[in-house]
Amino acid sequence: MNSDSLWSIFINACLINNFVLAYFLGICPFLGVSGKLGTATRMGGAVTFVMLVSSMCAFGIQLLLVQIDAPYLKLISFIAVIASTVQLVEMFIKKVSPILFRALGIFLPLITTNCAILALALFQTNKGYGFVQSIVYALGAGFGFTLALVLMAGLREKLELAKTPDLVKGTAITLMLAGLLSICFMGFAGLSN
Amino acid sequence: MANTTKQVTTTGTDEFLKGLWKQNPVFVQVLGMCPVLAVSNTAENALAMGLATSFVLLMSNIVVSSIRNFVPKQVRIVTFILIIATFVTIVDYLIQAISLELHKALGAFISLIVVNCLILGRAEAFASKNGVFRSILDGLGMGIGFTVALLCLGAVREIFGYGSLFGLQLFGDHYQEWVVMVLPAGGFFTLAGWLVFFNWFEQSRARRETLKEATA
Repeated sequence: MNSDSLWSIFINACLINNFVLAYFLGICPFLGVSGKLGTATRMGGAVTFVMLVSSMCAFGIQLLLVQIDAPYLKLISFIAVIASTVQLVEMFIKKVSPILFRALGIFLPLITTNCAILALALFQTNKGYGFVQSIVYALGAGFGFTLALVLMAGLREKLELAKTPDLVKGTAITLMLAGLLSICFMGFAGLSN
Repeated sequence: MANTTKQVTTTGTDEFLKGLWKQNPVFVQVLGMCPVLAVSNTAENALAMGLATSFVLLMSNIVVSSIRNFVPKQVRIVTFILIIATFVTIVDYLIQAISLELHKALGAFISLIVVNCLILGRAEAFASKNGVFRSILDGLGMGIGFTVALLCLGAVREIFGYGSLFGLQLFGDHYQEWVVMVLPAGGFFTLAGWLVFFNWFEQSRARRETLKEATA
């Protein structure tokens, strides 16, 4: 069992080892839906929620797999559970809050192939986190993802108004911004001591 | 676009070649970015990752295209993901058997091939609609295109970041390493640089063509 304190786990997942800017996880939605501030916030919320749920599921599965001594099934069962969790969440939201469903609509299925979710499940088992630690880790990672997405969306909204050369328009300038953000986040590395 | 009418008459070679250049997964479609950025800090890692992804892509394309008529439409995505996950598990254990060092360097990103949008994208967009032979060609082309793109990034980052290529020292001892190139930020910058290069290439070609039309 890992004995990191909850606070340090949270800061670590959220800032120091930010999933997007330090681990390169979930780049596709990061580039895809960071165009508008509103959608970015909602996407961040959806991802955090799915992370939380799938992290709890992954914890259960890991216990079961250790019981039946079948570690090679880890990847297959994790991805199957995440895919079905996303489906369940989608149905649940559709039933409970149609407004929220319409707002999240296209993002939910996309989350299945968001590598940040699967990576979270893998990392937490590799690090041997307990149940509460896993939940905090998922929360931290989710907040970190949302933070990166929202920062990026804010920058890109400003970018719309700026004059950029034709050559770098589109993905190229977005990647450069991401690189600069990543350098900024490296400053948080000092927090780890 | 004229793509839909063209698709009927494409030959096998076209299916193969489109992955290399016209629809290059990394530089044109911008798919599967996470592993591209994360493990391209040295050329060796990039090559290993590219080969592993190509293998999974090829195998899943073969399986998906051969069972495409038996899978109900509603559960196809889940089926595809499970097929991909199976092959990724095989690759994971394979790399562990071949080189433990490499396995450590690539880390969780081998497992994360499962969620590489490129592979699921090809399964959904191509293999589930085409025969086995065409799917093999498509998988090979896309796989090689992906590997080449990864190598492009890996080589640049290794040359600047460590002053070496495939572990061979290129410059003398006096070379001052650009640490930023092997850090996460360097990945973003290098990819951005390559994209700018391709934009420039496409633009200058388009300009040449319009010039040719004007003079003709």
